Amino acid sequence: MTVTATDLLLEATGVSKAYGAVIALRNASLAVRSGEVHALMGANGAGKSTLVKILTGAVTPDTGRITLRGHERISHSPAEARRNGIMSVYQEPAVIPDLDIRDNLRLTDTPVETFLHWLNELGLGDLDLSSLARRLPLATLRIVDLARALAIDPDVLLLDEMTAALPANLTERVLEVIARRRGGEKSVIFISHRMIEIAAICDRATVLRNGETAGVVDVSPGSEEKIVELMLGEIAAELGKRAAVGAGPAAREQTPRIKASNLGSRGRLKDASFELHAGEVLGVVALEGQGQDDLFDILSGAERPATGTLQVDGAQASFGHPADAIRAGLVYVAADRAEALLMQRSVRENIALPMRARVRNWGLINLGHERRDVGKAVETLQIDARAGNEVRRLSGGNQQKVTIARWVASGVRTMLCFDPTRGIDIRTKNQIYVLLRDLAAAGAAVLLYTSELKEIQLACDRVIVIFGGEVVAEMAAADADEPALLRAAHNLKAGAALPEQVAAKAVGKEDAVAAAMDLAATTTDEQP
Amino acid sequence: MTAAAPPIAGRQPSAWRKLLRDQPLIPLSFLLVALVLMVWAVSPTARDAGWVGVIVRAAVPLAILAGCQTLTMLTGGIDLSVGFVASMAGFVTATFVNQPGGWPLGVAVALTAAVLVGLVNGISVGVFRVHPLIVTLGMGLVVLGFSNVWQLRMLQTGAGIPTELKTLGTGLWADIVPYSLIVFVPVALIIILGLRRSGYGRMLYALGDNPVAARLSGVRSWQVLLTLYVISAVLAAIAGLIYAGLNQTASVKLVAGELLPSVAAAVIGGTSILGGRGTFTGTIMGALILTVLSALLTILLLPEPVRQIVFGSIVVLVAAAYTRATTES
Amino acid sequence: MTVVRKWVGENSWISGLLGFLLLLSVFTFILNPYYQLTDVQGLFTSILPLALAAVAQTVCVIAGGIDLSISSQMALTSCVAAVLMAGRGEEFGVVAVIAVLALGLALGAVNGALVVVTKVPDIVVTLATSFVFAGMALLVTPRPAGGAAAWLKDAVVGKFFIDLFPKALVLLIVIVAVVWIPLSRSKIGLSLYAVGSNQLAAFRSGVSVARVKVIAYTITGFFGALAGLSLTASTGIGSPVPEPTYVLIAIAAVVLGGVSLAGGVGGVLGPIVAVLVLQLIRNDMTYLGVDPNLGTVAQGLILIGVLMLANYIQIRRARA
Repeated sequence: MTVTATDLLLEATGVSKAYGAVIALRNASLAVRSGEVHALMGANGAGKSTLVKILTGAVTPDTGRITLRGHERISHSPAEARRNGIMSVYQEPAVIPDLDIRDNLRLTDTPVETFLHWLNELGLGDLDLSSLARRLPLATLRIVDLARALAIDPDVLLLDEMTAALPANLTERVLEVIARRRGGEKSVIFISHRMIEIAAICDRATVLRNGETAGVVDVSPGSEEKIVELMLGEIAAELGKRAAVGAGPAAREQTPRIKASNLGSRGRLKDASFELHAGEVLGVVALEGQGQDDLFDILSGAERPATGTLQVDGAQASFGHPADAIRAGLVYVAADRAEALLMQRSVRENIALPMRARVRNWGLINLGHERRDVGKAVETLQIDARAGNEVRRLSGGNQQKVTIARWVASGVRTMLCFDPTRGIDIRTKNQIYVLLRDLAAAGAAVLLYTSELKEIQLACDRVIVIFGGEVVAEMAAADADEPALLRAAHNLKAGAALPEQVAAKAVGKEDAVAAAMDLAATTTDEQP
Repeated sequence: MTAAAPPIAGRQPSAWRKLLRDQPLIPLSFLLVALVLMVWAVSPTARDAGWVGVIVRAAVPLAILAGCQTLTMLTGGIDLSVGFVASMAGFVTATFVNQPGGWPLGVAVALTAAVLVGLVNGISVGVFRVHPLIVTLGMGLVVLGFSNVWQLRMLQTGAGIPTELKTLGTGLWADIVPYSLIVFVPVALIIILGLRRSGYGRMLYALGDNPVAARLSGVRSWQVLLTLYVISAVLAAIAGLIYAGLNQTASVKLVAGELLPSVAAAVIGGTSILGGRGTFTGTIMGALILTVLSALLTILLLPEPVRQIVFGSIVVLVAAAYTRATTES
Repeated sequence: MTVVRKWVGENSWISGLLGFLLLLSVFTFILNPYYQLTDVQGLFTSILPLALAAVAQTVCVIAGGIDLSISSQMALTSCVAAVLMAGRGEEFGVVAVIAVLALGLALGAVNGALVVVTKVPDIVVTLATSFVFAGMALLVTPRPAGGAAAWLKDAVVGKFFIDLFPKALVLLIVIVAVVWIPLSRSKIGLSLYAVGSNQLAAFRSGVSVARVKVIAYTITGFFGALAGLSLTASTGIGSPVPEPTYVLIAIAAVVLGGVSLAGGVGGVLGPIVAVLVLQLIRNDMTYLGVDPNLGTVAQGLILIGVLMLANYIQIRRARA
């Protein structure tokens, strides 16, 4: 672990950053050697993305020291960071939608020949450079962004959840290309929360927790346990306690709350059929971009289905507006709080918002009644509303609770939760899962999509897996450990190789991947 | 590996920023008082209650017109048709003076026309999602065109401001209290109460703050916006009637020049053009401040061009101060 | 032929607009049998200021902004030009033109700097500076006054060698070809589109958003000054009171010309064609003996109607 100063390419120490009252980073440090692929890990909300923004000049830190090859270099804009030799491929590709790829390259002074070389290496050699970026799928744009970064060839390349939206074949290529950069002069910082791909290509890992660096680990067979421990801290055990057991067989005999038959959207959803019953929490698992967003859009009334039928409480339903879905008892909790909240308004107004939506409720408000109703919901969810004048000053966890309280205040029949715990602290996560279980126990039906596979078993009774727009698997929560879900999510048969394994084999790290997969299986097995 | 550092508390905004953000009425009151004192310092004749009455009388129609901007800006919109709608209302009413039915019929016709304009604005913005700037700009042209046509038709009949409107616009009770307050006070109370305590008011703030969140909560925005632009057009027509009385004349462009001051009054009063932020009390203060400022510049014998330059500069300065105060670092 | 077809396919909106312009022109000649090429020249002379104002507006709209102060900029630059040139020699006119163009750049830079530094929405900033610029115009000359160099007047009136080429049109084409085309193809041009298209992506691509915004407004100011100059050239004097309909029609033309108000999309050809269409409709209504005031009504309704239609198609397409 001792590292001499000379072989350090990038070193950041004592980095802190606060947004208003919210502290994103307290005291983070990161040291990257020349020629390594360095994993930056941490639970959602641990401060990874803030650290990335600071390194790439998108945000200026409040305190801290950043050195590159021993020289102090704090960047104040992405352009300056690039001159300093740091570039990032963000989750949202930095590609201008209204320019074609060629103009995007010209805008960033990218050498076209090298770009084409890397594009080819990454498996997209046949891309037409004169196509408008707006018309290309997200996965393609991320590959384009990566190829562009590789062509510019910075000293430090940051990859933020690079493989999250990619299909299996592209994931393989990307991981392989990144892994091949090891051992040279230049380094890669690889941000991911997928242990298996970390094991496949990374040399060392820095783990962030609550805005601080919790530790640095050499990635080798057996180090995964240490990483998980550092990531979760002592609260990991707390999450394991499950609140209640799900719906009994009695509930199943009733009419399902939601019966989806062959639902398809104009986007990615092709053929989704499932039933959601009163009294259960049904999990939905999918890699990014498999059509799960469209499914939730259809159920919550944001768009009409293109094919298939939807039955709510046994009656045909087709929603033209979220108001229709709400009237039918289907309420929606979004992952993105910025999408769901009136940031400049008070907690009370946010929670009372659905109560005023209909024209007949446009009249004078009985403030006494409103305070009472809202107060009850605030209490149920244990919202810390001290900074309640403006919701934007609450913590992420409290904000998410407000979006849920909005529906709890007027009684929930069916709740659709799309990754509700994204980016919030582990204690609040736990409270939210307990609340979902309580809702189900009280007779509500809950549909829960989550990107955190290991949380499926904590909150759900059953789980369906969507791949390529179709429901490809359904299993009981007891069988849904992380490897099983990952396999199903990649639509691989049991025993088939995951893309991480293929890539690892190409660069000679099979044993590390195998160890990571064993760990994933054992940790999840222990829980029920 | 990790050096123990004391946790850093989130930075607190400075006192004046907090004041401007949470209680903009306090600094606005100070500004207004300061301006009044400056007027009194340079002009002894203004030091009486009558002068105050005259100022309030001039501010009343501006405040109503600025109310249109406040309400629409709360939703992230704007209404640039108010100048021509207000002019049209005064002008149409004037043309009915010598007609059977008289001015009351004229007022009815003017208000009906205003509702129609509001409906077109509201449908375009609410249903077809055309940018409010464009819609209301275009409707302004349409109203101006129709007013001109109307003017040509009515040339023979003769027109005049009815005495009732003149009294309403210019009359001062006991030489102090403007009669126009009879209209203004109820209108202002309805707007203020509506914004604070009604479900509809909440909808306006919600749409301006986050239209996506509003939609996800079941708000049908077209219903809110359609109603909003009709309200705005009717308010503009009411302001136009008072303007016609105040100026004792009517023309198709009478109030056109007040469009920019109406936006300025709302902005000075703390309404954000980005939506979700603002109050009508602030706007009333804004209208008063602009009126006193205008009076001050007149007393100082500054020519009209200088007045415009000062107006413009103040709008930028005040808007910049609000922006600084309300954006999180 | 295939090149044409490809262009039409990629620019369906402008192609439709051009087609409509063609129809309108034919209609104009049918309506008015005495309509001659000299009338066409007159038409172009009369629309030159508006067309340049539309180009000015286009530039900042592409970069994601909007400029409500254009008519005030035109009034101010026009007055300065007229006052500078009044009673002076022909050669001094060149100096005056250069000075006025520099003034336009400065006005635009002020707008851009205010937008960037104060972070106040573009609409509010330019609304406020429109007061300021209009006030300055009144300080320059309280009433319409001044003069224009003969060569300047001559530059916008009549024909360019043959009747088919109105001089004002040729001038417009030259200005666009010399200033806009090279600019839009340059990296600065790309940055304008990038910032208007997606500010965050542009920032992350290494574009300095603040600098690009200032540049955009500065270019807008430059074209605004050209519009002001052409106003002086065609009227022979400078009028200090801005014509508010210039801003309205410039924005209308930008939108009708296929430039998205959200930024990042469009060019200057569409808005110029749209200005022509709007003016021809007005003229045709006059020939039809309709009250010219209804022309204003028609312009407003066309603006709203076309946008409603376009949005309706877009909403339908999003659903279908």
